[in-house]
Amino acid sequence: MRSNPEFSKSMPEADYNMKTTLDKLKMGGKGIITNVGGEGSLRRRLLDMGLTPNTLVMVRKVAPLGDPIELHLRNYELTIRQEDAGKIEVTEVAE
Amino acid sequence: MNITFGLIGNPNSGKTTLFNQMTGSNQRVGNFPGVTVEKKDGPVRGHKGVTVVDLPGIYSLSPYTAEEVVTRDYLIFEKPDAIINIIDATNIERNLYLTLQLMELNIPIILALNMMDEIRSNGASIDIQKLEEQLGIPVVPISASKNDGVDELTHRAIKCAEHRTKPKSLDFCCGHVHNAIHSIAHLITDEAKAAGLPLRFAATKIVEGDQPVIDRLKLMEPELDIIQHIVDDMEIHLNTDREAAMADMRYAFIETICKECVKKAGQTREHLRSVQIDSVMTHKYFAIPIFLGIMFIIFWLTFGIFGSGLSDLLSMGIDGITQAVDQGLSQVNINPALHSLIINGVFAGVGSVLSFIPIILVLFFFLSLLEDSGYMARVAFVMDKLLRKIGLSGRSFVPMLIGFGCSVPAIMATRTLPSERDRKMTIILTPFMSCSAKLPIYAVFTAAFFTNHEALVMISLYVIGILVGILAGILLKKTIFEGSPVPFVMELPPYRLPSAKSVTLKMWERAADFLKRAFTVIFIATIIIWALQSFDFGFNMVADTENSMLASAGKLVAPIFAPLGFPDWRAATALVTGLTAKEAMVSTFAILLGAADTASVAPLLSQLFAPLSAFSFLTFSLLYMPCVAAMAAVKRELGGWKNAALAMTFQTVVAWIVAFVVYQVGSLIF
Repeated sequence: MRSNPEFSKSMPEADYNMKTTLDKLKMGGKGIITNVGGEGSLRRRLLDMGLTPNTLVMVRKVAPLGDPIELHLRNYELTIRQEDAGKIEVTEVAE
Repeated sequence: MNITFGLIGNPNSGKTTLFNQMTGSNQRVGNFPGVTVEKKDGPVRGHKGVTVVDLPGIYSLSPYTAEEVVTRDYLIFEKPDAIINIIDATNIERNLYLTLQLMELNIPIILALNMMDEIRSNGASIDIQKLEEQLGIPVVPISASKNDGVDELTHRAIKCAEHRTKPKSLDFCCGHVHNAIHSIAHLITDEAKAAGLPLRFAATKIVEGDQPVIDRLKLMEPELDIIQHIVDDMEIHLNTDREAAMADMRYAFIETICKECVKKAGQTREHLRSVQIDSVMTHKYFAIPIFLGIMFIIFWLTFGIFGSGLSDLLSMGIDGITQAVDQGLSQVNINPALHSLIINGVFAGVGSVLSFIPIILVLFFFLSLLEDSGYMARVAFVMDKLLRKIGLSGRSFVPMLIGFGCSVPAIMATRTLPSERDRKMTIILTPFMSCSAKLPIYAVFTAAFFTNHEALVMISLYVIGILVGILAGILLKKTIFEGSPVPFVMELPPYRLPSAKSVTLKMWERAADFLKRAFTVIFIATIIIWALQSFDFGFNMVADTENSMLASAGKLVAPIFAPLGFPDWRAATALVTGLTAKEAMVSTFAILLGAADTASVAPLLSQLFAPLSAFSFLTFSLLYMPCVAAMAAVKRELGGWKNAALAMTFQTVVAWIVAFVVYQVGSLIF
């Protein structure tokens, strides 16, 4: 299992069942990517930017108009739209 | 020996800063042939015969965006002697993702590890020697902004190119992906050679399902079947699809390298600072007021204080010289046609070109600040939702907003948009935003026809411009720009202090670019309009403009405007002269209506217009094709006259339709 070592140590077993999509996470919520949906250039771009399975992602912020959202992953900040975030499946990680 | 370097890196990796350090300010800016993706090259300082080409900032060599395709085609077919791959050391994981793809191109490559000063000041460290060993390519730590290590980088890059040092190994694939890549490589050796593609690159791209590469290889049916089988097999074993498998393989390799070579001090101070700044700048309630405030200040300083101050100073100078020359010419009794050519043609033309310079300089000073500090990405983040309906992203917001000041810098500002499609659409839509040169026209007309509703008429024109922009955007999205837009997956780079050097350089670059490209166009257009205005068809100088070629042309096209409520040739003529500069319409009306000066035009306009037709005329003036300066900018950014002509035809047709609807519907109501 490959994931960011900073977080993986403290990950409780029970949380593996909290399957959801990235757009459903609350501000400050964290999740581990299980699957990246979508297709074509969008999906490729998501993968290229490091949103690959087993990566830990935090939702840092929602834009003032409710969309897009700001993510923190691999030590940098990325913004994607809610609609696209809905295509990324994650396992929620409790604090 | 002549050496060419390709400079490649992610956006925000400090690529432009390094390019400027290597070249000084001696550089050529242009487009790639056939596409409007910026291309810059320049000689490397202190090394004769060495050139560096600045390629677009990209994250990957995927086949989806114009920037990525341009870059990989350049690398494969132009074959630079070496690639200088600059990466942001504070964001090494994601930056190395591109590096692994570049290594497959079979071109000597050297890694410039930028922002090492930030790494050190945060107590972190990167083991350069180990990184070189693991990657099998030379690595040079630098700090582009402080010009640290840039000389060593240049030296080693030259050596790397001279010795044709290629990556030592490409063993970053493992397991099933490794098997797939190597089996396919064996299978396509001859085809790759025939197609001129690096073998490893071609094999990897086939595994990824990269259609352009697969097409180029011209594979036969049996080979394609075997490939499909290999890929299917890999997908089953890894329980994932080909694209995800490749991305995952690269990131997995990078993670192992980073674990061995990078000692992190956790979150850097710069990163923390960025998060803190963002807690205000992208705050739920403060973000939009802050943005509007910043834009208001920029507009005020550009069009109100500096820009207009400099413009006034400049036009005072030009007027002074013009007057002096005018008197001089009168004294020596020069031929009146030549006299008029010099004063009303040449001087007017030069004056109109120069009048744009202060605005461009000041505006691009501020835009570079926004861009280089990292704030522009935040604007896109905050404003994205508003532009999504018309198929654009938040990044187009600032250029469009600048359109309310002047279309010329607005169109030039689209160059920072990362997708060609967004760029084109923004360029076509921006002129619908009512620019400040149209204000004098509105002022004269409202004074003449709408004395009790001046503000209402002004505001309604601005609103019509925005609404037409939205509708035209939706129309374009559904027609010529149909298909999936470039996804809005955007990095929010850490805030950084913009460097004075980079900002001034960008300012001069834009101003020089404008002068170079627009000068001839504006100059010739002014001379043509002057000639049309001053001569009849027998090329005799006319005393009364009514006998001029321009008037004849106006009379010829006037019927087109009859359904819009202004069939008089003088209105049509004013629209033509408005092409040199929109505010010139007012002085044309003054001449044609025999007014003493522009101030006394308003009362005379009732000869040509009733209130409704006046409003129809205003809507047409608002929306029809922009002035020649803007046309020159459109031509430059769209990469040719054909596209520019299409854009301007579109705008003029839209203007006609909207004015027609305004007049006809208005006639029914009033």
